[in-house]
Amino acid sequence: MENLVEIRDLKVEATTDAGRRIEIIQGVDLDIAPGEIVALIGESGSGKTTIALTVMGYARPGCRISGGTVMVAGKNMVALSEGQRAKVRGLEVSYVPQSAAAAFNPSKRIIDQVIEVTRIHKLMSPAEAKEKAIGLFKALSLPDPDGIGNRYPHQVSGGQLQRLAAAMALISDPKLIIFDEPTTALDVTTQIEVLRAFKAVMKKSGIAGVYVSHDLAVVAQIADRIVVLRGGAVQEVGTTAELLAAARHPYTRELLSAFEPKPRGESVAAAPESRPLLQVNSLIAGYGPVQADGLPLIKAVQEASLVLERGRNLGIIGESGCGKSTLARSIAGILPASAGNLTLDGHELARSARQRSREQLRELQIVFQHADTSLNPAKSIEEILGRPLKFYHGMKGKARDARIDELLDMVRLPKALRSRTPAELSGGQKQRVNFARALAAEPKLIVCDEITSALDTVVAAAVIDLLKEMQRELSLSYIFISHDLSVVEAICDEIVVMYNGRKVEEITPAVSKVPQHPYSKLLFSSVPKLDPGWLDRLERDPELVKTYVQG
Amino acid sequence: MTISTTMPRRLSYRFSWVGMIGFAIILFWAVIALLAPHIIPYPVGEIVDEDYFGPMSSKLLLGSDYLGRDMLSRIIMGARYTVGISLAAVCLACFTGGALGMAAAVVGGWFDTVLSRFLDALNSIPSKLSGLVIAAAVGSSLSVLIVMLGVIYIPGAYRFARSLAVNINTMDYITVARTRGEGISYVVFSEILPNIIGPLLADFGIRFVFIVLLLSGLSFLGLGVQPPYADWGALVHENIGGLPFGAPAVIVPSLAIASLTISVNLLIDNLPKKIRDRSA
Repeated sequence: MENLVEIRDLKVEATTDAGRRIEIIQGVDLDIAPGEIVALIGESGSGKTTIALTVMGYARPGCRISGGTVMVAGKNMVALSEGQRAKVRGLEVSYVPQSAAAAFNPSKRIIDQVIEVTRIHKLMSPAEAKEKAIGLFKALSLPDPDGIGNRYPHQVSGGQLQRLAAAMALISDPKLIIFDEPTTALDVTTQIEVLRAFKAVMKKSGIAGVYVSHDLAVVAQIADRIVVLRGGAVQEVGTTAELLAAARHPYTRELLSAFEPKPRGESVAAAPESRPLLQVNSLIAGYGPVQADGLPLIKAVQEASLVLERGRNLGIIGESGCGKSTLARSIAGILPASAGNLTLDGHELARSARQRSREQLRELQIVFQHADTSLNPAKSIEEILGRPLKFYHGMKGKARDARIDELLDMVRLPKALRSRTPAELSGGQKQRVNFARALAAEPKLIVCDEITSALDTVVAAAVIDLLKEMQRELSLSYIFISHDLSVVEAICDEIVVMYNGRKVEEITPAVSKVPQHPYSKLLFSSVPKLDPGWLDRLERDPELVKTYVQG
Repeated sequence: MTISTTMPRRLSYRFSWVGMIGFAIILFWAVIALLAPHIIPYPVGEIVDEDYFGPMSSKLLLGSDYLGRDMLSRIIMGARYTVGISLAAVCLACFTGGALGMAAAVVGGWFDTVLSRFLDALNSIPSKLSGLVIAAAVGSSLSVLIVMLGVIYIPGAYRFARSLAVNINTMDYITVARTRGEGISYVVFSEILPNIIGPLLADFGIRFVFIVLLLSGLSFLGLGVQPPYADWGALVHENIGGLPFGAPAVIVPSLAIASLTISVNLLIDNLPKKIRDRSA
């Protein structure tokens, strides 16, 4: 049978600020048969979204399709005029964006946006379209299919909105749908529902798909074939089973190995006589006006208690909104707790960072998730690292320069980066600088708030290795906050599971890896595995899902 | 031939020709203002023409004014007052307003609320009206003019700096600086200012134009620069009687005001852009 999509020797050019041209896609070939789902996988900057968008004949501003052909159902999208392309878009090829929350217009009802495509292409009457949309809502297992369309985008959850975006793409019965990282922004327990819905609908309707993702485990569940990309060129192509079982290309192997569970490695057994490094006692923190009982209206963290021994690491895991970041901010004193007390190394810590001594601030450092926003774009790396050295240790001139070099060396960055600004570094490099700044203070405890979430799998694994190494050399302790179980398991001695502001369970992986609390069980079982049959075999207790998942 | 192995830090700027024209005109007026006493062909107060509102001639390049004084000399000296007073006032407004605005964004709470309301109240008085009242009440010496124009434009500069700084203030690097234990002045001048300096400079330019126009307006009404000195606004006022005759004495100072304000606008709309090319 003839292929639905045939891409031959595709080249896309981008123009830089200085007017220089860079080829960001370097001669890519790709075929998609009717009804087949092909996944494009690769790290950020590998060109996966750029290639997916060319199927609609679209290149983002500043980019230009400079060569090759993109045949979609017999039409060359590269050669068509903009008006002819507009006829294909939405009708034959449609698109599901990464963040449905940003893609819906907040001031219009959902149903009007879902059926907009049928109005633009004059496919059917609004009444028919609405009926069809409701059918799709049912197929995507959305709750209240008859009424959900009349709501506004902010009135439904993230997972529901992502499925509604899929309904918008499906309504015109396209031949091909482009999914651009549709589940990346979702929690793992929600992701499963969305993936299942996508898979069921795609199977039933026989629509072909391009699935863009950086997560190999997610792709393994839904794709027939996987294309591995790096630096704008295809590295390896294979059916899902083939690729997972026998990857040939080194980069694919690297991607796969990032999924292998990594043991925590040797950990220092807590000396029984020493006092704990950090003790948190029934801490309450939150937002909003203070009530009569002296507590805030919205309590994001409720009575959390933690103990961290010296040289050991504590992981805090939970989904968005569970209060894990608020807890980290309270420990660091950024959001002063409303009740409870904190002890660092035997000394009582004031609730607000403003009332803590400089020495206490130095001993407890926090590293944030987004290296982009935590490094001042107007300053050079040298200035960023130099400030804590001067501030805490009074270092000047040559001593400080030498120490900056030492710090860069510690986090495995070349010294040549000193004079660059953060915008000139890659994501992984920025996160290393971010971490080096915390190290510059010579702390006893570093609170890491989702520091690997914004990084590619392979880069994140390298950052985790770095963290472990620093711990061996500098006798640090970490509080490691993440939504990603595999990352936490790789580095932590104790894992605290949080749900709805409360600590539901504390697990010591060295003793037992089996969670007891029902929510922990649900959370642990929801992490996608590389096995392609995992999603189909996964059985979840519907009662549990109803209680804990707002998907 | 030696080839250096370390690439120099590539920092180039792109500057459009429209911006360059603006910059050239501003530079021209700045040089005129600086050198004024040395380049005027006649003393400003001296009556050199027998006729009033004389036309352009080889002797008097821009004609003569309502008393027969040389217009070119008066324009050149007027540049000193217009440019000098406006520059002093805009510095006062932008430095005070900018510093207060950034501090308010960082400190927040009561300090922010009280200061914002007070400056909003100040802002609610029409600028020309408050200029008229102050000039009428305390007279209009040069220093009073500068302070008055500065104070009138402080609320605007404050609002602008505050709105920019509020956005920067929510960034994680500010939180990092605060948990490090840094003081307010470090956060304001080392963390926030470098990130908003571009827009603040643009604001500086716009506010300069506003002040030139307000000063010219006040002088036109007779409340600005007082005789025997005259800025461009005052020159228009003095020579308004020449309008029916199409005398250059009234047109030229108007053109001078227009050329300065328009060129400042052109420059700030086309400020040099820094080009950063990572991989080059």
